[in-house]
Amino acid sequence: MAKQVTLTIDGKQVTVPEGTLVADAAKMAGIDIPVFCHHPKLEPVGMCRMCLVEIGRPVRDRATGQFVMENGAPKIQFMPKLETACTNKVEEGMVVLTRSQKAVEGQKGTIEFLLTSHPLDCPICDKGGECPLQNLTVAYGPGKSRFLYDEKMHLDKQVPLGELIWLDRERCIQCARCIRFQNEIAGDPVIGFDERGRATQIVSFSDPGFDSVFSGNTTDICPVGALTTSDFRFGARPWELQAHASICTQCPVGCNTTLNTRREAKSGGRIVVKRVMPRQNEDVNEIWICDKGRFAYHYTEGKQRLTRPMIRKDGKLTRASWDAATKLAAENFQKAKKNFVILASGRLSNEDLFNLKSLAEHADGKAYIYSHMGGGELTSLVGVGEGTNFGSMGAGTTIVVVASDLYEEAPVWYLRIKQAAARGANLIVMNARETKLDRYASFTVRYAYGDEVKAVSDLAKKGKIGDTFLKSENAVILYGSDGLGVSGSAALASACAKLLHDNGFTGRPNNGLIGVWGRANDQGAWEMGFEVEEDLAKAFKGKTVYIAGADPVADDPKLAKALEGAEFVAVQDVMTTATTEIADVVLPAQAFTEREGTLTSGERRVQRFYPAVPVTGEAKADFAITSQIARHMGIVLEGTSVSAVFDILAASVKSFEGLTYARLAEVRPQWPIVGRSDLYYGGTTYENTQGMGAQLSAAAGRGEKVSIPKVEKEALVRPKEKELLAVPVTKLYDRGTTILPSELLHERIGEAKVILHPETAKSLGVEEDQKVSVSFNGVNGEAAVKLTDTISVGVALIPRSMGLAIREPVAVKVK
Amino acid sequence: MGVFDPLLELLRGLGTTFKMALDKPVTYQYPEEKRPVRPRFRGRHVLKRYENGLEKCIGCSLCAAACPADAIFVEASENTDEKRFSPGERYASTYEINMLRCIYCGFCEDACPTEAIVLGDNYELSFYDRRSAIYTKEMLLEPVPSVEMTTPRKVEPGVFTRSVPEMKDPQD
Repeated sequence: MAKQVTLTIDGKQVTVPEGTLVADAAKMAGIDIPVFCHHPKLEPVGMCRMCLVEIGRPVRDRATGQFVMENGAPKIQFMPKLETACTNKVEEGMVVLTRSQKAVEGQKGTIEFLLTSHPLDCPICDKGGECPLQNLTVAYGPGKSRFLYDEKMHLDKQVPLGELIWLDRERCIQCARCIRFQNEIAGDPVIGFDERGRATQIVSFSDPGFDSVFSGNTTDICPVGALTTSDFRFGARPWELQAHASICTQCPVGCNTTLNTRREAKSGGRIVVKRVMPRQNEDVNEIWICDKGRFAYHYTEGKQRLTRPMIRKDGKLTRASWDAATKLAAENFQKAKKNFVILASGRLSNEDLFNLKSLAEHADGKAYIYSHMGGGELTSLVGVGEGTNFGSMGAGTTIVVVASDLYEEAPVWYLRIKQAAARGANLIVMNARETKLDRYASFTVRYAYGDEVKAVSDLAKKGKIGDTFLKSENAVILYGSDGLGVSGSAALASACAKLLHDNGFTGRPNNGLIGVWGRANDQGAWEMGFEVEEDLAKAFKGKTVYIAGADPVADDPKLAKALEGAEFVAVQDVMTTATTEIADVVLPAQAFTEREGTLTSGERRVQRFYPAVPVTGEAKADFAITSQIARHMGIVLEGTSVSAVFDILAASVKSFEGLTYARLAEVRPQWPIVGRSDLYYGGTTYENTQGMGAQLSAAAGRGEKVSIPKVEKEALVRPKEKELLAVPVTKLYDRGTTILPSELLHERIGEAKVILHPETAKSLGVEEDQKVSVSFNGVNGEAAVKLTDTISVGVALIPRSMGLAIREPVAVKVK
Repeated sequence: MGVFDPLLELLRGLGTTFKMALDKPVTYQYPEEKRPVRPRFRGRHVLKRYENGLEKCIGCSLCAAACPADAIFVEASENTDEKRFSPGERYASTYEINMLRCIYCGFCEDACPTEAIVLGDNYELSFYDRRSAIYTKEMLLEPVPSVEMTTPRKVEPGVFTRSVPEMKDPQD
């Protein structure tokens, strides 16, 4: 524990750790010092001068170094002028006056100056109502200005920095919070100051504009309405919004979010989600979320939502009652006996997956998870233990990221690992290509595609990197599927698990294996005992298939064909997809915004989400639908209450043992303080009042004997002459069914791509942006060429879910 | 008490009646004849326009926030120079007042930063059903003097950039 320092702020004795800034110390003691540029997550700069206070320090005797005493107390010497509370660190015996006449005058003066060029168009400003400048002007401002309204500096008002973030140059008070966030926290220095003096303005110097996946966070910490999102532009006034706690379902990080809803005439008088805001959870996402989580929620309320059950009659889908639809499904499932296959998406909640798995077990069927990654059973064995938190990792901890581009796959993990590295953690990034995380790595390991397992096993060898790894106190390995298919990632997981297990990096907090999954609750599915099937086409042929939340038909023409040859297909989803089009029974499910449940994040944290908007049509929650089908089959599954399903789940799945639905809703005090009446301090991030979740235990942590199965690595595909090795990679914005309905993101998604090294392109005779035909494994398609020299020659990267159905490394012909 | 006292009382009463019969009547022959309202009368709301025909309302929703009866519902959208409703970036795409809820307190008027909403002279509000008590933006908006002043309309780019005009202290 850091040394404690005691000081006096406004007559109140405050004891805080050494090195704390005066502004933060005051906040800890419940005293408000107004700030604009200071943010507890950013380095201090002292740009806005709002936090001016009087600071006195005890006088020390030069000879002895002791305090000079006066009337029995140390003599305090005040500086002749005001000082900024946000740049001065606390000292023993310091005396701070925040409300003295001098300080108050200083604060008033600062506000008056800040407002000289502020347009005061609060009525039309999206920040109006939750604006620090508004609040502090009322609380600390002089009430009137000696400046003339006519002399205001007029600048551009509607400046799109990118298509997601809009800038109002007049409103900007040049606090540089956004610039500093991008530089220090996001690591994407794409915006900066231009011009000088009163004409100082924020500009973006990237193409496309504001090219960062964290850009939305700048609107949260902007203390004025200078930066706003185009998604929420004039959406509603903040005080008209309802707040509902939720969990982001876009990636395995499991960021805590708040859904702001409002009844809207534009949407026919329905209550709709107006914006997604981060909710503080210092163990998961701190106070940030990525732009995908912020903007890709539109699929929950699009026109494509399924509203009623449907049955195929004479080749056409026709409306049916719940009873008829579930009965038909049940009859077919029962008839299928051993030929019954369930395919579930990791988008579903733990309760849904548990009911599906129970149904499969009772009906003697198979339960598969729809994933492009394997090895999940190992994350249950040697996964990270209770108490694991990237925020507490620092010196002594080694974080290994292998075969994953975290910036694209799990942006908030990228952000937190970057900070752990800055705190002194050893970061080893292993990938066949350059990724953004490389910049913060202590060691970067490049391997050739196919050598992942060998590269990981080599960490146990003596050498600079091996020694660092073996000598560290704690070690976490994050493995992904960059350039790998199901069997490749399963082999990699096994190598990682073996390495961790052999060296004792399991069963303790901040130790273990983390899978960088494709979906939010893949980890939950693995805990429940779902398996992944490499050849789904074979698994579907002639079977009775129950698909929940997945769209294999649109993803892969091979699977589409296989499903045509299936005996019977029941599809349960929130919206119309290519798979519901071919289904025999379509069951409308509720979106995560309409119901409650729990999700298990990649860090094995179970977190609760809550209903925010009314149910669309006749849709039911997934676990309830499964239960209704099961009832027709004579199987009893809980189908009315989520918490009851969770209780059964906790009693039957070992890693969930001891968890209760109520425990997931517990909160602890968190620092920094955000989201109360004092928005000026932490930004508009919501305070967490509805649960920080709880972590699962891993088999290794429970003291069970763990044996790691040896998985043979797949033979590497050898491209023939005139062929390239194509590998799948994951992009943050793809053409997935949950992202595409957000039109705002279309520019970032773009078209199907094939990424090549310039030299490869030269030898093929193709140029950047040229349309080429791509064919592999019976898949033919068009794609645009993108060039980058960060990959190897002779390799083609093909992003997943972008129109080309790539599942594993293959030989490809590009023409 | 004399015998004629009741008669006297009767005559005195009739005297008052006759006197009043000659006075000017105070009754207004409503609806043919309408009583003029006082300067500060608070009748049905009117959404005002600028002289150029653009709507004063910028959809800021402050009236709805000030409304103690929660009678006002506002939804805003973005203006473009191709399709301009009001000066500045923002206009009210939906503006509804539930006249059954409204208590005619005038707080909306006080809250309005552009003097767009004004409680007018119209007190003739009656409805056959509750639904028709909801006045939409079209019903509340002041009529335009000429066709070319209607909103939305195409305007020269870059002229109407500011939403909130310079305001003077409110007069009666």
